[in-house]
Amino acid sequence: MRPADSHRRRRILALALFAALVAVLASAGVASADLFSPESGPSPNANRIDTLYWLIFAVALVVFIGVEGMIFYSLFKFRARKGVVPAQIRGNTRLEIGWTVGAAIILVILGVFTFVKLPGIRNPDVSSANGYQGGYVQIADATRRVPPSGKFLNICVTGQQYVWRYTYAPNCSQNDFKSVFAYTTMYVPTDTTVTLDIYGQDVAHSWWIPKLGGKFDAIPGYTNHTWFKISGKFAGHSFTGQCAELCGRGHANMVANVVALTPQHFEAWLARQKANIKAADTSAAAQRKQVQKTIP
Amino acid sequence: MAATVSAPSAKPIPQVAAHEARREGQGWTSWITTTDHKRIGIMYMVLTFAFFILGGTEALMMRLQLSQADNTLLTPQTYNELFTMHGSTMVFLFIVPFWAGVANYFVPLMIGARDMAFPKLNALSFWLLAAGGVVFYGALFFSPPECGWTCYAPLNETAYLPSHGVDAWIFLIHLTGISSLVGAINLYATIVNMRAPGMGWGRVPLFIWGILIYAILLILALPVIAGAVTMLLTDRHFGTHFFDTANGGSALLWQHLFWFFGHPEVYIIVLPGFGVISEVLPVFTRKPIFGYKAVAASTIVIAFLSMLVWAHHMFATPSHTVVLVFFMLSSFLIAVPTGVKIFNWTATLWRGAIEFKTSLLFAVGFLGTFLMGGITGIFLAVFPVDWQLTDTYFVVAHMHYVLVGGAVFAAFSGIYYWFPKMTGRMLSEGLGKLSFWLILVGFHVTFLIQHSLGLDGMPRRVYEYPDVGHLELYNMISTVGSFILGIGVLVTVVNVARSVKVGTLAGPDPWKANTLEWFTSSPPPVNNFDVIPRIRSVEPMKDIRRQVARESGLGQASPAPVAESAVRT
Repeated sequence: MRPADSHRRRRILALALFAALVAVLASAGVASADLFSPESGPSPNANRIDTLYWLIFAVALVVFIGVEGMIFYSLFKFRARKGVVPAQIRGNTRLEIGWTVGAAIILVILGVFTFVKLPGIRNPDVSSANGYQGGYVQIADATRRVPPSGKFLNICVTGQQYVWRYTYAPNCSQNDFKSVFAYTTMYVPTDTTVTLDIYGQDVAHSWWIPKLGGKFDAIPGYTNHTWFKISGKFAGHSFTGQCAELCGRGHANMVANVVALTPQHFEAWLARQKANIKAADTSAAAQRKQVQKTIP
Repeated sequence: MAATVSAPSAKPIPQVAAHEARREGQGWTSWITTTDHKRIGIMYMVLTFAFFILGGTEALMMRLQLSQADNTLLTPQTYNELFTMHGSTMVFLFIVPFWAGVANYFVPLMIGARDMAFPKLNALSFWLLAAGGVVFYGALFFSPPECGWTCYAPLNETAYLPSHGVDAWIFLIHLTGISSLVGAINLYATIVNMRAPGMGWGRVPLFIWGILIYAILLILALPVIAGAVTMLLTDRHFGTHFFDTANGGSALLWQHLFWFFGHPEVYIIVLPGFGVISEVLPVFTRKPIFGYKAVAASTIVIAFLSMLVWAHHMFATPSHTVVLVFFMLSSFLIAVPTGVKIFNWTATLWRGAIEFKTSLLFAVGFLGTFLMGGITGIFLAVFPVDWQLTDTYFVVAHMHYVLVGGAVFAAFSGIYYWFPKMTGRMLSEGLGKLSFWLILVGFHVTFLIQHSLGLDGMPRRVYEYPDVGHLELYNMISTVGSFILGIGVLVTVVNVARSVKVGTLAGPDPWKANTLEWFTSSPPPVNNFDVIPRIRSVEPMKDIRRQVARESGLGQASPAPVAESAVRT
């Protein structure tokens, strides 16, 4: 095979590979929007994380293409051939300082992106005017982040092997047996800021509903906090997640759902759940009495 | 001058004959009683590679389980045991001691020493490693641990994992830890005290720099994990409550102690790999390394910063914003010296005469792959984004890009580069290239798609997943890739087994390399060198070759090194 032939063949091969890659990426992009980015949509904190992710992705893509491009170019261009004399270069101080500073500048840019987006992700939004009106107005509380004004709903999330428990209470440290509670499926009102206080009861777990933002570990002895606010157009939708920290053999089955209801439907659910719990309590009390009678 | 010319030929090959050497024993007792650094090195490499195959088999079993949604092939208990064994094996029984083996063999040879500083201690550290492996795999016969290689508290307490698998894991850490610690002290003492005359710090090969910093990091990080697992042992059996929140302990303390060791461990795993790449690239591009000082200095800076980034593994724990910001910025910072290395390696390719030997292929495979792991690392350093990515398959993908891309590719590059020195025979280039392409393609097919799995909401360490979205398709792709990767590794195993017997004879310096190990015969005699030459640069073999050429009267006509090695396979 003549050298020119092999050269052309290599070039065709490289082009074919590149075309195949582009085709795969494009078809995959059509197939799923979540091939390249975290889930988002219903809640502003998740959306802001998604935006921040895409900002980093853009910078990372430039770096990736630039450096991989240099590597592949060098590999094709500087193959050993007859008559090629390798350049005996030992370094170039100016160039080396240049790319050190360059790398640092890229990181400063990423840092600025992060600090701009951070408050909107970390600090809860204010509930919308059409949100749930039966929530809590928080008096100054330095231990956690709450919306700067207006009402919001607080839910205590407790992870235990292998189920999530939700208690609807403004203050999770008070052991309030009167509060409404539920397991696995969390019902929340739309257009309302929901703050979560997250605990672990036995081992470490991690709360995560991908579409509603990041994960927060539930570690025994510590309280973790996060929030979300589901927009009104998602009323009736259910968002699935699961425990994200290894917690034992049932880890894979420790699922959680968040169901978004309109504030009216939520109020109805809350009343129904309260009644159900009360009925269950009453019947349990009756059973206890029955059992006590049988004991001589 | 120590070099003698074997025969007056157009390309003189410097060679040294060992006259004073006592013949080595050949029976198996001569191996188990040996204190020779080369034999200990070979035993290290063979044993750790066997663990690599075991850990890989465990990975393939997990991939089989995950190839289908809601699969019932493995029970959750078995699956949890498998990923615990896989992670612990790869870290504590494969890659860290594998580098100890390579270092054992090549540190004395590259610095012109007769043996390691403490040969008996050296044998001890090997046998401690073997003991660690036996204790850990002994758990297969009762109940292996199932808490992951990070074994977080309080899941690791007897209340939740009463079987003795966790105890076997604790002794694995202790035995391999003492093995590494003793080995690290030995390597440090050897490198600092036993270098050839003239080998100042500016002339130390970059692989030796990598091993020196590897040793220092081991000495700094291992006592912390040793303390942590001792506290865990007393928690489990002697009534203490270090990690038990209900009794005044702290579950988070475990995570801090573990990662204070765990992150330097990442660099313990990759720094020797960086060293291999820094040796291999100049040889096969026929160019000096670009920016020797920057490559050496960035190793030190990376090691220092690696002690300051541990809590980026803990961004989802309850933490103050200022803590999160500190660890984000320190993690950013470590990207700078790492980037410097990648730029310097790329610049070493630039205007070279690149010979596509298998060793070089693995080195550039490392370069392209490790770069991707570095870039996804930046995503994970940004803590609000990490909240979405941590503990998912995105992290699994990232760490395999860093650890397989950074360490395993480098290890294979090193195997293909140094095998001729260790055995006197060349590995087959054909099988080597086949192995490389299978490993490269298999690796990327397995792990690239795992980023998307994580972004799609699949957490790590789950034995099953529902059939929603594209989870099943992505997992199937990953499983197919993992088997391609496995076949690629087997091809190298076959290559090694075959070439030991029938490989082309290598001669002392088949690659026309730069460093001192190529000055002696292949394999080297017991005493390594009869005479140690005086070192005048970071590439002593170039100086020696030049001198031999001059003395044999071919010097004036000798052009710059040509793009061809002395031995073809």
